Amino acid sequence: MDAITLLTFFVLSVFIGFEVVSKVSSTLHTPLMSGANAIHGIILVGAVIVAGQAESTLVLVVALIAVLLATVNLVGGFVVTDRMLTMFGGRAKAPAREEASP
Amino acid sequence: MLLSPEWAAVLYLVAAVCFILALKGLGSPKTARRGNLIGAFGAVLAMVVVFLSTELDNVALILGVIAVGTIIAVPASRMVKMTQMPQLVALFNGVGGGAAALVALLELQHSSTLGAFIAIGFTLLIGSISFSGSVVTFLKLQELIPTRPMIFAGHAIVIVALVIVGLVGAAIVVIDDAVLASAGLGGIKTVAAIIMLFIGLALGALLVLPVGGADVPIVISLLNAGTGLAVAASGLVLGNTLLLVAGTLVGASGTILTREMAKAMGRSVTGTLFGAFRGGSTAGSTTVSDRPVRSSSAEDVAILLGYAQKVIVVPGYGLAVAQAQHTMADLATTLEAKGIEVIFGIHPVAGRMPGHMNVLLAEANVPYEVLKEMDEVNPQFKTADVALVVGANDVVNPAAKTSPGSPIYGMPILDVASARQVVFLKRSMRPGFAGIENELLYEPHTTLLFGDAKESLTKVLTAVKNL
Repeated sequence: MDAITLLTFFVLSVFIGFEVVSKVSSTLHTPLMSGANAIHGIILVGAVIVAGQAESTLVLVVALIAVLLATVNLVGGFVVTDRMLTMFGGRAKAPAREEASP
Repeated sequence: MLLSPEWAAVLYLVAAVCFILALKGLGSPKTARRGNLIGAFGAVLAMVVVFLSTELDNVALILGVIAVGTIIAVPASRMVKMTQMPQLVALFNGVGGGAAALVALLELQHSSTLGAFIAIGFTLLIGSISFSGSVVTFLKLQELIPTRPMIFAGHAIVIVALVIVGLVGAAIVVIDDAVLASAGLGGIKTVAAIIMLFIGLALGALLVLPVGGADVPIVISLLNAGTGLAVAASGLVLGNTLLLVAGTLVGASGTILTREMAKAMGRSVTGTLFGAFRGGSTAGSTTVSDRPVRSSSAEDVAILLGYAQKVIVVPGYGLAVAQAQHTMADLATTLEAKGIEVIFGIHPVAGRMPGHMNVLLAEANVPYEVLKEMDEVNPQFKTADVALVVGANDVVNPAAKTSPGSPIYGMPILDVASARQVVFLKRSMRPGFAGIENELLYEPHTTLLFGDAKESLTKVLTAVKNL
């Protein structure tokens, strides 16, 4: 892919990134940071490509370490964010239950 | 290969859209959980695509390592106490940065363009800074190393020297191979890259050590944005648009988030990173006072609370550490049953990170409507009979308003001092996370009840019931 196309992708992504998170209440800063943290775990795709195309044992070993680190980032990131948000869900339900009871 | 490059590109695009929707969804409480799940779906999709569309050897081995990573990550995320969640997020961020740096290192021999070399140099430095910086934030939050700003002699000079060596390394990585070969320096690139990796590791630690404990969340967010950009740069190196887009999204949103977080805490990002070097952040940290305080019994506190009309509870990290959220919720219910108005004043950074306390209280089923944000609750302290501060310190410390030399100066605080009575439930006279003393503890209208938050609250609860 040529440099200009990649640059276009980059610049447009910067603006989307700025746009989607502006004006978020401070209550959600922690889950948002944690969710964004999970997303960059997608470096796993890169780690897998490098590991799958390794030509020497040394490269393979280093690449597999990268795969391990990236997996922990990706999987752990999404799981811990979900766990945080489950608690927000419980909070939203609590008043609803009170309304239901007389 | 099961997927043609065209299909792979289309599906990567779908995954990228999932990530955008995820970030968008995480911005509002109603859609946050769905947003996160959409993001996870995008990640799974991308992983399926990479295995189906790329010529890969060692697939079984790679899948095995992914399985091991999952086996480590899932229980860690499930079992971690909610109070320790910030340091876990920091660690996850760090390993991601480490992975990006290793990918860049290995791609060096496959790269030939100037753009790729610049991206590799960037990823090597930023990825490894993120790794070691995150490890240091983890150690600080876990209180395995002192939370106060740590600086040694010549600290700034060492940082500058490392940056210069790092830039020289980057220049070597960027120079064309043919030029290096003609100068008889054929293999020097790999050596330079490995040196850069270690310089990044050293820089990460040196940059984060001088950051005071209370500012650590801002640094985590900043490192998070950095890892995002490192991942984006790896995307450039590999010619993978998904990595480029996802990494850039995190880098850009992380930058905004860092700024917002700093604003909520009344800090500037540069002040957070370099404040300690200006020497302004040590005021009060070592003054241990033996001035008298008014300490009292659980029964006295119960009487104050039981005959009040309006009580504002200010929960802090101490409440969370003692796992006292549930007892606190019971006490609030009991007081409400006596016709006393009880609300919770939540500081934006109560706990360890913005929004952390909301998560903890939600876990204890404290209803959403009684949790008030700082701007909403501050005018109400004037009409409150009792401000009950449970395990909080820095977020109510008037030094943030009155003492310009203090490390927390400028941080917006909860104005508990204007309540008629202030009751502190504290473990000891030890200062808070920021390491500074709280003048409010010596005020005549302040009462202290020492002890573990949960034990104290249980005693107060029993006493209130017996009134």
